[in-house]
Amino acid sequence: MMKNIIFTFLFIVAAFCCFCYAEEAVSSAELINNAKQYDGKVVIYKGEVIGDLMMRGEFAWVNVSDGVNAIGIWANKDLVKGIVYTGSYKSKGDRVEVKGVFHRACLEHGGDLDIHADLLRKTDNGVIIGKTIDMAKKKAAFILLGLTGLIMILSRLKKIRRLG
Amino acid sequence: MILRPGINDIKNISYYLGKIIIGLGLTMIIPVIIGLFSQEINPSLDFLISAAITLSIGMILTWASRAKEDLDWMQGMIVVSLSWLAAMLLGALPLYLSGHWKSYLDACFEAMSIFTTTGLVLVQDLDHLSLAHNLWRHLGNFIGGQGIAIVALSFFVKGTSGAFKMYVGEGRDERLLPNVINTARFIWLISIVYLILGTLSLGITGISIGMKPMNAFFHGACIFMAGFDTAGFAPQSQSLLYYHSFLFEIITAAIMVFGILNFNLHYQVWFGKRKEIWKNIETRMFFISLTGLFLIAAIGLDKLGVYPKAVMLFRKGFFQLISGHTTTGYMTVYARQFINEWGNLAMVGLICAMAIGGCSCSTSGGIKILRIGIFLKALKQDIKRIILPERAAVSQMLHHIKDIFLEDRQVRSVLLITLLYIGLYITGAVMGMWFGYPFLDSLFESTSAAANTGLTCGITDAGMPAALKITYMFQMWAGRLEFMSVFVLIGFFIAEIKGR
Repeated sequence: MMKNIIFTFLFIVAAFCCFCYAEEAVSSAELINNAKQYDGKVVIYKGEVIGDLMMRGEFAWVNVSDGVNAIGIWANKDLVKGIVYTGSYKSKGDRVEVKGVFHRACLEHGGDLDIHADLLRKTDNGVIIGKTIDMAKKKAAFILLGLTGLIMILSRLKKIRRLG
Repeated sequence: MILRPGINDIKNISYYLGKIIIGLGLTMIIPVIIGLFSQEINPSLDFLISAAITLSIGMILTWASRAKEDLDWMQGMIVVSLSWLAAMLLGALPLYLSGHWKSYLDACFEAMSIFTTTGLVLVQDLDHLSLAHNLWRHLGNFIGGQGIAIVALSFFVKGTSGAFKMYVGEGRDERLLPNVINTARFIWLISIVYLILGTLSLGITGISIGMKPMNAFFHGACIFMAGFDTAGFAPQSQSLLYYHSFLFEIITAAIMVFGILNFNLHYQVWFGKRKEIWKNIETRMFFISLTGLFLIAAIGLDKLGVYPKAVMLFRKGFFQLISGHTTTGYMTVYARQFINEWGNLAMVGLICAMAIGGCSCSTSGGIKILRIGIFLKALKQDIKRIILPERAAVSQMLHHIKDIFLEDRQVRSVLLITLLYIGLYITGAVMGMWFGYPFLDSLFESTSAAANTGLTCGITDAGMPAALKITYMFQMWAGRLEFMSVFVLIGFFIAEIKGR
């Protein structure tokens, strides 16, 4: 009897996990182009967190980009606690997977197209992008600045000669 | 018989063009400083390289061709049209070097969009663009909004009648002060005062909605420059959707409206003539046009049930209409939503708003409200002529800063420019259809480019045909300069080839 209960429990857990994570993520283009079709439905959306994490009381706005478009995610502030890096020139943002209700024109947020997150988990850590100085650009800058300086001097000399 | 331009014409043009290019090169130093300050070394190098090339070209031009005379009308117009092309080609250099644009053509497209304050973009991965490059995009809006030639001349030239010709060549003909250089400087003063106020209000709002303080003020400055100069550029790919804030949208809408008001009107209000706001034909026409076109768009949106609540319809519909009418191009919906959800009627309302545009002698594009006002007054006058007895003297007056009697000469000029704009809108739409885009999409994008708006329904993309990119670039250029300078340049080249 006990064995059957454990087996059934494990089966339910496995089924739940499959339901949660085996669903395919939808791209931003798919969501925007077929917004009416997805309106009010639970979707999975993946991407990089970009810009600011904007705290609004018990909630926060997180903008997540899948490389084509960025979509606003409205999430409980506890869900975004783990986000460390957000995408900018200097850093690659954390990659997250969001599961939540998609809104074509959100009633709560003045008609914005957004996703209200039920689950938000970090799939990849972001990183500070170490930028090495581009030596070719550095050389080019020095040569061109030297050339500009030379033209400036020649131009001044011509002016002095003309006035003199 | 066509006369071939003489060597003095070319020398004069080269000299003033060189001065303007030097001015452009010097402005590239600002992103270098910002880049170094924020430890963005490679972007700073991009701007150093570009500044060096730009300054060298400018100095060689002024060096090789010393001007002996003031500019005449033809030379002034050519200097203006060439300076915008030079700004595009040279302003695109730092963009291309950043690696965020797929080709030099794309960088030129973006540079033309920046300086003409259009707002159509081809940037890749904008969310990871450096502060220096982002600043350049918005600073370019600020410079282009005032007028490239007049900006350079207000710093390099002391009182010249040639400056007035360039001022007119950049699509403006109203002098606030007797001296055009002082007029340009006053325009700068107005813009900088508003820049400080606008940046502060947007920055504080940014902090209140959860942005980091430095980011909030940087975004505030960028959004102000692009909003006041009706460019519609934004530091993030989501445009204004990034902020998720109604307050931010309201402040931006107010900035856009300030941006489309005639600088002459700003001048009158600054010096106490507040009643001018209510009496001026442009502000009256703008209110009527905005209300009428919003009603059309709202009926269209309501019929399709795009927004289930009236508040939502107002927030999205009215903002997009103001954004279109002011020719700014900020978006609070995604590009494809216009096509997929908004429907034909709302789209037509938006296209009409973009086509009409803002006030004359402002930073906005499009046909201009003053011209629509004059056209309607002329129509009223003609109807009166038909109704009243033949012997009755019919005159029509309009109030624009002062009371003006309508003359046939003004109506002719208004109709000519209006027809040219309509022709430009149609040409771009035909080109769009040529490349297989549907009619309404093509007309929307073409009107947006030619009226220097920047709203997009999704056609503008790095993958679109090169010929269409060049078409939109030409539309942005011709639309911003209000045709005359462009025609004079074409005439100059014809005279150079065929003249004796």
